[in-house]
Amino acid sequence: MKKLAVVNGKIIDVEKGSILQKNLFIEDGKIVEVSEKEPDNSWEILDASDCYVAPGIFDMHVHLRDPGYEYKEDINTGLRAAVEGGVTRVAAMPNTNPVNDNISVTEYMIEKAEALFLAELYPIAAITMGQKGETLTEMGLLAEAGAVGFSDDGLPVENAEVMRRALEYASLFDKPIIAHEEDKNLSGDGVINEGRISTLMGLPGIPSTAEEAMIARDVLLAGYTGGKLHICHVSTKGSVEIIRWAKKRGIPVTAEAAIHHLTLTEEDLYKAGYNTNFKMNPPLRTEEDIDALYKGLADGTIDAIVTDHAPHSKSDKEVEFDKAPFGIIGLQTLLPLSLRLWKENILTLPELFKKLAYNPARILNIPGGSIKVGEPAYITVFNMEKYTFTEGMILSKSKNSPFIGWKLEGKKKFIIVKDKVL
Amino acid sequence: MGVPGKDLVSLGPLSREDVEEILDLATEMKKIMQRPVKKVPVLRGKVIANLFFEPSTRTRTSFDLAAKYLGADTINFSASGSSISKGETLLDTVKNILAMGPDAIVMRHKSSGAPFFIAERVPVPVVNAGDGINEHPSQGLLNLFTIREYKGTLDGLKITIMGDISHSRVARSDILGLSKFDTEITLFGPRTVMFHDVSPYKVKIAKTLEEAVKDADALMMLRIQRERQAALLIPSIREYARFYGLSHRKLDMLKSDAIIMHPGPVNWEVELTQELVYGDRSVIFNQVTNGVAVRMAILYTLIGEGKYEEISSS
Ligand SMILES: [Zn+2]
Repeated sequence: MKKLAVVNGKIIDVEKGSILQKNLFIEDGKIVEVSEKEPDNSWEILDASDCYVAPGIFDMHVHLRDPGYEYKEDINTGLRAAVEGGVTRVAAMPNTNPVNDNISVTEYMIEKAEALFLAELYPIAAITMGQKGETLTEMGLLAEAGAVGFSDDGLPVENAEVMRRALEYASLFDKPIIAHEEDKNLSGDGVINEGRISTLMGLPGIPSTAEEAMIARDVLLAGYTGGKLHICHVSTKGSVEIIRWAKKRGIPVTAEAAIHHLTLTEEDLYKAGYNTNFKMNPPLRTEEDIDALYKGLADGTIDAIVTDHAPHSKSDKEVEFDKAPFGIIGLQTLLPLSLRLWKENILTLPELFKKLAYNPARILNIPGGSIKVGEPAYITVFNMEKYTFTEGMILSKSKNSPFIGWKLEGKKKFIIVKDKVL
Repeated sequence: MGVPGKDLVSLGPLSREDVEEILDLATEMKKIMQRPVKKVPVLRGKVIANLFFEPSTRTRTSFDLAAKYLGADTINFSASGSSISKGETLLDTVKNILAMGPDAIVMRHKSSGAPFFIAERVPVPVVNAGDGINEHPSQGLLNLFTIREYKGTLDGLKITIMGDISHSRVARSDILGLSKFDTEITLFGPRTVMFHDVSPYKVKIAKTLEEAVKDADALMMLRIQRERQAALLIPSIREYARFYGLSHRKLDMLKSDAIIMHPGPVNWEVELTQELVYGDRSVIFNQVTNGVAVRMAILYTLIGEGKYEEISSS
């Protein structure tokens, strides 16, 4: 029996919304006690002085590129980056090669991750075979194999009928459809947000309506079918308003925002020139959109904060702006950048960890995400150390981060993944 | 976004004085072009690489001639028959050319921002000869030069830019250049090819052709691409010509001294008719001449040594 005691830390209770100086006791990977009791010498003591003890961060939107694109990232490097970033669990998108649309890929991912004893990996399988938007995957078998949800992320499900049936079918297994919302006809050959900056930079724009129109369609379908819909990387004011409306109507919808959309605007892209580490999909939007996202976080319209960790190698990204792939890495900057939301009074610490840990587990219908007796132990312990983020710190194979050189505050001290201390 | 003083990738960072300096120098260069012996050896021993990743006869020839008039040697590289088709990256191609020792790179590319990307990664000056739908600074400068030549000044003028605005690198450089002077800029074109957000620029949008042209001192026509029809931006070239071209229009609503400009090549019977292009108001062929003079001035400014007074006396 492995017995862990995390002592002297400030424990973040996301359910009660409080922060208390207490000790945390974990036995065999389960939380057994949260109290002021001092551990006796039967416990392995983990000192958390000057640290916060939070429910383990669960990043429910990452791309680990394995199998198929191991030159960008693999499960090992991706999970090491997660651990270094204080992330205890990740949900990995299926746009690998081959696509995770069959149980052998799902099983491969789970087995490879389990053997590493790092952060935990939960595969998200594809909605449609080959992410082609045509025929449904074997959702029941995939769910049995360990898939926690279904997504064609990177691509929208263009055909509304396919989306309708996916929502209906996935609901049989109580799994969410996790939707990348984009009307491809509207986004066209756009590479950045359409607006002031696309005018100034002479780059083709992606209109905000490309995202909003698809979200509107899908919340209507979720309402009609009763299927659970989770909306990926919400980036515009209009999207927040549509989701707020849908939630008010009782439609089973949840939503996430990517940390870069909560940190950067298109103005940052403009200042950086044609730097492809500022190119992502959805694109960086405006100040007005960020403000709406903040309001959406505060009033619960947006449930989760994620990275959309998307590794791309130097040779992928060191090209013309329009040729570069969309996406940036984020696992090691999620925690400090999220803490800015607390520092700027957008969320309290317990509210923040609700978005980082508790809600993702609820959305994916998985236990954990709260420091409570009986829960599996997923714990992120961090302090407010200040440091400059450098390329050398990045454990991912790819270094495509726009935050290199940033002064950050907040660093993982250690994480607990059930009975492992990392 | 290019290094100020080193490159010319955008007209944005230039001051009014910088622009005037280039235009003044171009005036001297134009005099040289009118001499019986057109060569001044001020760039002798220098090598300029013309890298055209997108086909362009006019601009490439103009830069090539500009370099030769100044005594420089040129390497001409065009995408066809190159290693680009073999999967070599842009950066790799440019680094290979760079290894041959050019003193400056003139670059045309179909991706917006490509010369900015290169300028930050090479030590030699980079001149943007047109990047995607973004900018065409030398064309912008030659347009300013031409207007100034005819009007004596750039201040106090009303300039109209009309046509396929949002896809035009010429329009963007024109606006950036003209904005440094006290000019009133009017844009006119179908809503589908207008900037979605025009707020970064101080411009007026005309609603009708008449409104667009009647007070203009200069009309800067743009070329419409046939592809715009397939992209749903215009229903047909015929319809575009009817509402946004000057072909077969009564031009008595124009100011008597208004000039007509076009970056070429003209779509006959669409933007303009042959009559107009060869007519009194047209300054289109002078734009071509001025293009060489302005490009001489640009190259000399970036890699020349010594003062330009020496050029006129050499
Ligand atoms: Zn996505």
